[in-house]
Amino acid sequence: MKFAPQFALAIGAALAAFASPALAQSDPDAIIRIGSLYEPQNLDNTAGAGQGINEAFNDNVYEGLFRLTDEGDVEPVLAADHSISEDGLTHRFTLQDGVSFHSGDPLTAEDVKYSIERVMAEESRSSRKSSLSTIESVEAPDERTVVVTLAKKSISLPYNLTYVWIVNDAAGDISASEDGTGPYTLVDWRRGSALSLERFEDYWGDAPANGGAVFNYFTEAAALDNALLTNAVDVITSVQSPDALALFEGTDEFTISEGNSTTKQLMAYNDRVAPFDNVTVRKALARAVDKQKLLEAIWDDRGMVLGSFVPPTDPWYEDLTGVDPYDPEAAREMLAEAGYPDGFEFTLETPNYDPHPITAEFLKSELAKVGVTVNINIITANEWYTKVYQAKDFEATLQEHVNHRDIVFYGNPDFYWGYDNPEVVDLIASAEESDTVEEQTEKLRQANRIIAEEAATNWFFLYPQIVVSSSEISGYPLNGLNAQFFLRDIEKAE
Amino acid sequence: MARYLLRRTIVLALSLVVAGLVLFVLLRLLPGDPAAALLSVGADEAQIAAAREQVGSDQPIWVQFGRFLSDLARFDLGVSFVSNQPVLPEIMERLAITLPLTVAAFLLAIAIAVPLGILAAVRADRWYGVAISGLSQLGLAIPVFWIGILLVWLVAVEWRLLPASGFPMRGWADPVAAGQSLILPIITIAVVMSASLLRYVRSATLDVLDADYLRNARALGESFPRALIRHGIRNGAVPVISILGIELASTLLGAVVVERVFSLPGLGSMLLLGIEQRDYPSVQGVLLITTLLVLLIGFAADILQRMIDPRLRDNRGSAR
Repeated sequence: MKFAPQFALAIGAALAAFASPALAQSDPDAIIRIGSLYEPQNLDNTAGAGQGINEAFNDNVYEGLFRLTDEGDVEPVLAADHSISEDGLTHRFTLQDGVSFHSGDPLTAEDVKYSIERVMAEESRSSRKSSLSTIESVEAPDERTVVVTLAKKSISLPYNLTYVWIVNDAAGDISASEDGTGPYTLVDWRRGSALSLERFEDYWGDAPANGGAVFNYFTEAAALDNALLTNAVDVITSVQSPDALALFEGTDEFTISEGNSTTKQLMAYNDRVAPFDNVTVRKALARAVDKQKLLEAIWDDRGMVLGSFVPPTDPWYEDLTGVDPYDPEAAREMLAEAGYPDGFEFTLETPNYDPHPITAEFLKSELAKVGVTVNINIITANEWYTKVYQAKDFEATLQEHVNHRDIVFYGNPDFYWGYDNPEVVDLIASAEESDTVEEQTEKLRQANRIIAEEAATNWFFLYPQIVVSSSEISGYPLNGLNAQFFLRDIEKAE
Repeated sequence: MARYLLRRTIVLALSLVVAGLVLFVLLRLLPGDPAAALLSVGADEAQIAAAREQVGSDQPIWVQFGRFLSDLARFDLGVSFVSNQPVLPEIMERLAITLPLTVAAFLLAIAIAVPLGILAAVRADRWYGVAISGLSQLGLAIPVFWIGILLVWLVAVEWRLLPASGFPMRGWADPVAAGQSLILPIITIAVVMSASLLRYVRSATLDVLDADYLRNARALGESFPRALIRHGIRNGAVPVISILGIELASTLLGAVVVERVFSLPGLGSMLLLGIEQRDYPSVQGVLLITTLLVLLIGFAADILQRMIDPRLRDNRGSAR
């Protein structure tokens, strides 16, 4: 299980743009065939549908008041106008004119109110729920106006609203059907196999560059690669290993693109328990691991080594790999200084899927060199969630965190890794109440430096985001932020 | 016969209930909480509690079992925790792939194994008899997924003759595409299955070849092929049929691996996903239905044997 990148904050950074130049002649009715490993569990993003639903539905079937672009910016979609009161607590949104749902119902302010409240409802399983908790009330004074009142200032409100689908308030249960305003409607979903979308002819905005899309779901990465090789799909949304890339290299039949992911592999300590409550021990372990070698073992020359939790697509990114560089000699000295001249022993909870078992073996041999013994305990994703995330019953664990703008996790002392520094908590909380993006960025940058200095977690590397397509198609997103895969600009040659 | 059928039906129903109980308990002995699969990193305590309440994992196990039994009595397999959809229709949809896959592979395996097995026994002293036995040994040693991967690479990727994986969006409404996507999986299963079947057929035939009745038939003037077909095959078939029943049943469950290699949305992949996500209703539903099918296959094999062998028809007979 990969965790849906649904937890994040504030406005975005721009990086890699959309793929490839425009094609000479494109077919306006082409159906784009997409291969993916992430089938949604159901069709409702507040009902535990997983990251697959963001891929298939965000901005394709459902739109928000705002969208998170592939470059990481927040831009208005269904909100034609947004004004904020003097005290920053009242946000007034005016809706786009002439928008209707796929069912034919016109979009009204009541639908928006319903949609926001749906995410905040008691039974909502959305991981956005807590970031919307600053909302005190949502009102619809007239058909075109929505007023959101906050309990405290929140500079990330527009960003957080990119995660809120605007759903028809008459739609009812949407776990197996949809009623959105996006450029595509759902045709059919065959569980375990495929989901198909077609162009919505009454779409309020510009018509998409294609006639629709079919998401084909695979359980094996090898089957996904074969599907592209045999022209059963036009594009695959994630390549899982560098070996697979060799299949597509050296030919003009395929286009390989590498964007910036937000997926970070790390070893989280339980900072509440000894010896990981000791900053010197954590810094020693950070220096004991040759992250570059680990990254190369898993991804060849792709991806990048991390010195903290923040990836380059977050505005508060800074290269902090120099804080605790690889230096096993220094690591041994620091362990002695911390009172562990003969090292110690700990259990590493290791999820049973790639790349964690390989990383665990690598760590075991790296840490043995500084006298620390790692006992690897392999667990399933479900056990990880129950034992590590919920019960916090662990010493250290491997995990990949896929979320965008998730440094906020360090501002929550109750989070599973138990990092508790009042200064960081305060910086993260006050960043949210900033008046400007610059102020927010500066505060989060400070917080990021502190967690790096204290080696709160052992961050290893950022995964590359690799999309491979047939060279007949272009215009798909490269970074896939929040797992989104925008369809509307994809063109296919005739 | 009527009494026999009644008795078998009662045993079948009881077996199902026992299987259900065992499944229920075993599933809940697995570490992990079904509520966890529904949430992601970032969920707070209140959301976790709400999810547990929704799936009922906050209730004591006997309360959960009571609920399960009362649903089952109404033929209600429940609603998936993960998809929020009823489990039974999904099982039926997926059976429409797994069942044809298994049955076709089974028939193909018989078509390969029976003639070759008889040949290997009758011509055990010739080079090809030895070669067939040797190849079947090899077939037994090769893992099924490896054959699948090899076939995909050769037939689908290199030659582009058949699709590499998947099942058409429209399912059997698109019979050509649906059939095509099952060809490689069927061959994959049939190759492995025929290897083991062949060995049974061969040894059953060898036993028959030494039998008195065959010698007598030949002494009465029947040719060897005719004697083998009239008396040998009929006698040899009885033990082979029980093996066939077991093979068919294990293929039904063993299709998991092949379905995964070929990304087929069959029962096996539903089971695997259900286990990963601790989606109890899905796992229970799939296993109960497959248990039912396996019991029915055993039932059918039994009846078939009785039809072939008159000694089995009479319960007082020494063979029973």
